[in-house]
Amino acid sequence: MTTDSLPVRPPDTPVAPQPGSGPRPAPRRRRFSLRPSAGRQHHAGPLAYVLLGLASLLSLFPLYWTLVAASSDNTRVTQTPPPFLPGPHLLENLGKAWQDAALGKAMFNSLVVAGAVALSTVLFATLAGFAFAKLRFKGRNILLMLVIGTMMVPPQLGVVPLFMMMTELGWGQKLPAVIFPTLVSAVGVFFMRQYLAEALPDELVEAGRVDGAHSLRIFWSIVLPVARPAMAVLFMITFVHTWNDFFWPFIVLDMSNPTVPVALTQLSAGYVRDQSLIMAGALLGTLPLLALFVVFGRQIVGGIMQGAVKG
Amino acid sequence: MATSTSSPQDRTTGTGPPPGTDPGVKRRRRGALLHRLDVKGAPYAFIAPFFVVFAAFSFYPLIYTSWISLHRVELASLDFMEWVGFDNYLALVRDERFWNALGNTITIGVLSTVPQLLMALGLAHLLNYRLRGSTFFRVASLTPYATSVGAAALVFTMLFERDFGMINWGLSLFGFEHLDWENNKWAAQAAISVIVIWRWTGYNALLYLAAMQAIPRDRYEAAAIDGASRWQQFTKVTVPGIRSTIVFTIVLSTIGATQLFGEPLIFGQGPNGVTGGADNQYQTLGLLLYEEGWKSYQMGRAATVAWAMFLLLILVFVVQRLVKRFVARKA
Repeated sequence: MTTDSLPVRPPDTPVAPQPGSGPRPAPRRRRFSLRPSAGRQHHAGPLAYVLLGLASLLSLFPLYWTLVAASSDNTRVTQTPPPFLPGPHLLENLGKAWQDAALGKAMFNSLVVAGAVALSTVLFATLAGFAFAKLRFKGRNILLMLVIGTMMVPPQLGVVPLFMMMTELGWGQKLPAVIFPTLVSAVGVFFMRQYLAEALPDELVEAGRVDGAHSLRIFWSIVLPVARPAMAVLFMITFVHTWNDFFWPFIVLDMSNPTVPVALTQLSAGYVRDQSLIMAGALLGTLPLLALFVVFGRQIVGGIMQGAVKG
Repeated sequence: MATSTSSPQDRTTGTGPPPGTDPGVKRRRRGALLHRLDVKGAPYAFIAPFFVVFAAFSFYPLIYTSWISLHRVELASLDFMEWVGFDNYLALVRDERFWNALGNTITIGVLSTVPQLLMALGLAHLLNYRLRGSTFFRVASLTPYATSVGAAALVFTMLFERDFGMINWGLSLFGFEHLDWENNKWAAQAAISVIVIWRWTGYNALLYLAAMQAIPRDRYEAAAIDGASRWQQFTKVTVPGIRSTIVFTIVLSTIGATQLFGEPLIFGQGPNGVTGGADNQYQTLGLLLYEEGWKSYQMGRAATVAWAMFLLLILVFVVQRLVKRFVARKA
């Protein structure tokens, strides 16, 4: 295929944070505002602010409107003109939607799945990324090309055999069926490789060798501390991505044991006709990730800009 | 491991004194051996988990898909596979629904990808100015990315609702008739594209922004000295400077477009979800795959659709390459 035309970290994107930039993952914004830097050309004029404000409005309005609808009753949602301010029924609707869509179980499942997948992705990506970045072995470049090549294969294409496999393993409708296929990520491996190639000095690894440490020990006591900021970012991005994963969980899980996105389809499938309850469910399903964005938005933005990560 | 007892010079000890002469030497030799094993073997052990999981859950299923597509396999009896040769493929090309789904996948793909990447380019350009509150603008544009397909599709279904939806209300203010966003084919495809565009524009903009920030400043200064206008600087310096990122996002969104599933499924609302509307007016290949396998219980047929999706992807990239070469030759 056309793997050679796919520069996963395109050469014109900036390199990963410099070595020794400490545990803070994305301090670049401040640095940029302190001294003029490459690419930053002009001060923004009023028009730029207007357009950016419009873009932010378009990005945020559907979410705001979810809140408006989720806090209204059905007649208020369906009136003309539509309401623009939140109503008084938020908690009541959230409670009802929580029950109707079995969101409690779905939340728990999503937390388990996204947490397990993010943990294992980060661990295996750091191991492999370290090997590709700093260890010398036969076939390294070819194997790395192979990793990049796997990104070109959408996992959806294998769902039929995968489903048969899971049924045979007795994992149908069970969480391992959604966890195991996504335990590793090629993008994660590449992301960590790029980061460690920049951030981990060769001398540090050599010093560990001279001290007689074996590879696993070097990984544990030298690589992990250096990799931690990138690992945190990869964890969050993988978590978001896995939480929102839809196609495969929808196929292999059912409503008795769903993840959040799967449970949300139940809201649209005619079981709940009350529009405000549907919106309350949608809001509940999105809240955990929105909270993550409010707290760590800057780091997630920094991570995506560093590594072109799409898991 | 025992290598922690070995001293540095052991690393070069390829051939030492004959074994067994002195327990200390023996131990050191064993240490050296383990060390060499560690240095040679550890890299493979570190990358093994990735390849093992990928082989088991991605590569093997992909290959096995082609084998299944040559059989009749029913969902209720997965163990029983009956060889049918290319019957599934013949049935597929004779099936109107397939050509319809293929067409829909392509039109929704174009409708969602092209505006999305163009808008992302513009947004990235704006974010690249020196800004107050740049973190806010960046996080705000990425927020849709945190919304799951399910939630996004539910919200937009309501915004695009025929009778009370906000979009029809807004259009009516300008004197437009209410549009039936679900049953009108092109309107439905446009609405689904809007969901995709909403979720991914900010993400792509951040990738472009990262690339733009790496363009050396003096290129802009040189262009300015040559008398290039702002717009010329954008087309002659910025866009060429982030070319490979543009290619990268085109590849990613093309892959995403051929696999489109959640948006049309949920936008349909109700039992029509899998068929992509009452007249299949927005059924994509992803939905067809699901319908064949899990609604009609024909896993062999579903595998054929999966192969068709894969071929489509390859075809798109071949066309993309040819276009690129053609453009390069003309330039």
